[in-house]
Amino acid sequence: MELSEHLFRHEYGRIVAALTRIFGVHNLALAEDVLQDAFCRALEVWKARGLPDNPAAWLMTTAKNRALDIVRRQQTARTFAPEVARLLETEWTRASVIDEAFAAPAIRDEQLRMMFSCCHPDLPEEVRIALVLNILCGFGAHEIANAFLTRRAAIEKRIARGKKTLASASRLFDLADAEFTSRLSTVRRALYLLFNEGYHGASAKAAVRVDLCEEAMRLIALLREHPPAASPETFALSALMCLHAARLPARLDAAGDLHPLLDQDRSRWNARLIEQGRDLLAQSAAGDEVTAYHLEAAIAAAHAEAPSVDETDWTTIVWLYDRLLAIEPSPVIALNRAIAIAQRDGPDRGLEAMDAIADRDRLDAYPFYRAALGELELRRGRFDAARDHFGAALPLARNPTERRFLEKRLRACSDV
Amino acid sequence: MSDYVYLFRISEEAQREAMGTPERAQERMKAWLAWMRDLEAKGHLKERGQPLDRAGKVVRGRKRMISDGPYVEVKDLVAGYIVVSAKDLAEAATLSEGCPILEGDGSVEIRPILAMSF
Repeated sequence: MELSEHLFRHEYGRIVAALTRIFGVHNLALAEDVLQDAFCRALEVWKARGLPDNPAAWLMTTAKNRALDIVRRQQTARTFAPEVARLLETEWTRASVIDEAFAAPAIRDEQLRMMFSCCHPDLPEEVRIALVLNILCGFGAHEIANAFLTRRAAIEKRIARGKKTLASASRLFDLADAEFTSRLSTVRRALYLLFNEGYHGASAKAAVRVDLCEEAMRLIALLREHPPAASPETFALSALMCLHAARLPARLDAAGDLHPLLDQDRSRWNARLIEQGRDLLAQSAAGDEVTAYHLEAAIAAAHAEAPSVDETDWTTIVWLYDRLLAIEPSPVIALNRAIAIAQRDGPDRGLEAMDAIADRDRLDAYPFYRAALGELELRRGRFDAARDHFGAALPLARNPTERRFLEKRLRACSDV
Repeated sequence: MSDYVYLFRISEEAQREAMGTPERAQERMKAWLAWMRDLEAKGHLKERGQPLDRAGKVVRGRKRMISDGPYVEVKDLVAGYIVVSAKDLAEAATLSEGCPILEGDGSVEIRPILAMSF
């Protein structure tokens, strides 16, 4: 039998959730200790006896037994989760409380509460995301640093800061709290950013990117399973993730080369994810509100439906971008709108739209702004101008994948 | 062919570091399973050994002094053992070179099992 991929990481968030339900969020460090201990035991036992039939259940049981042991021995020295502290005091109820904490519904609820707590409004966005990745997804500081091209020490600082805020609360976020709706939108935003980091992010490793996207999709599924969180906006964000994730296999090829949407082999798009995305988008139409997630998902759906670039409904896409800009004015969205206009009306109109982008200077460090200008100049046959733009984009590349892509485009200006 | 015991030693700190994040734990586990499978496939794995808990007691000397765990005296704890069969001590040493414990700065102590001639 083979060790399933990311077994430890996938179990990590679930076991932390169960342990936190018992120990309380102020004892998060204890929960992490118990997990590390369970991992060490797994190594010793599995190498001698081979993989157990159900390695995930083995880890869960080992952590559970250790939790029971700790509650028994540290009863007087520690205070545990306020919700269950009284029940943990006596042998009559102790074992059943711990069993219950490790049951699937409790783990799901606790993961949700943890997610809501990690998205505390006092924490900056990048701390929220680092916390979610660390506690709920089992990413180490090193892996997060790799994914975000940030120094490990900086990530460790973010995680430490976030954990301090978490531990200072006496309990995790209460899902029945009056603040639920506003916190829910912060959670969605964090998951959106997490997904985008995977999709557009800085890491050159395709596998790292896919991992981040998958984690965001796994966590948003938890929101969908909890009725008060399963709002049309949640469905819209889920749809958007599926429809974008469907394009990932074509976006980065086996050699790690980047293929922008206009140049993707559409047969490599994941049909199952497209179908799932369409279903989710249909469910997102339940309310009367059209959010930015709805519009982004609708744009992705329009691409997913088109058999080729030429057969794409660019008129609808431009219209969707117009509406998106009205809700969320952002130069990156305006850039994408200009690219869509170029597809609909030709490169001259596209360049005019680029020229009209408000806050254009905010795109100065973004390699794909200059690259888009280069692309349009190339289409107009103005090779010198195109070469200048790609040349200016090249030093802005954030990783070797982007660099290789821009070098290839730069060569295309001379090849013709 | 003769039999050799491999005693794996590693400090608690190094072991925790090696298993410190889920991804590292995954890699380490994969490496161990692969190494053991390889030994087995080549007919060198005589016994898979038994997992040892790190907690324990040490009883010492005429006064039967009992202390908690072996960790007071030594930095590297015995984390486990296996029995390997090899042509000679040199081959047993070579076979141990792929052991994942070395990556975590642990050690493999190789001790021939004395053959009983009668």
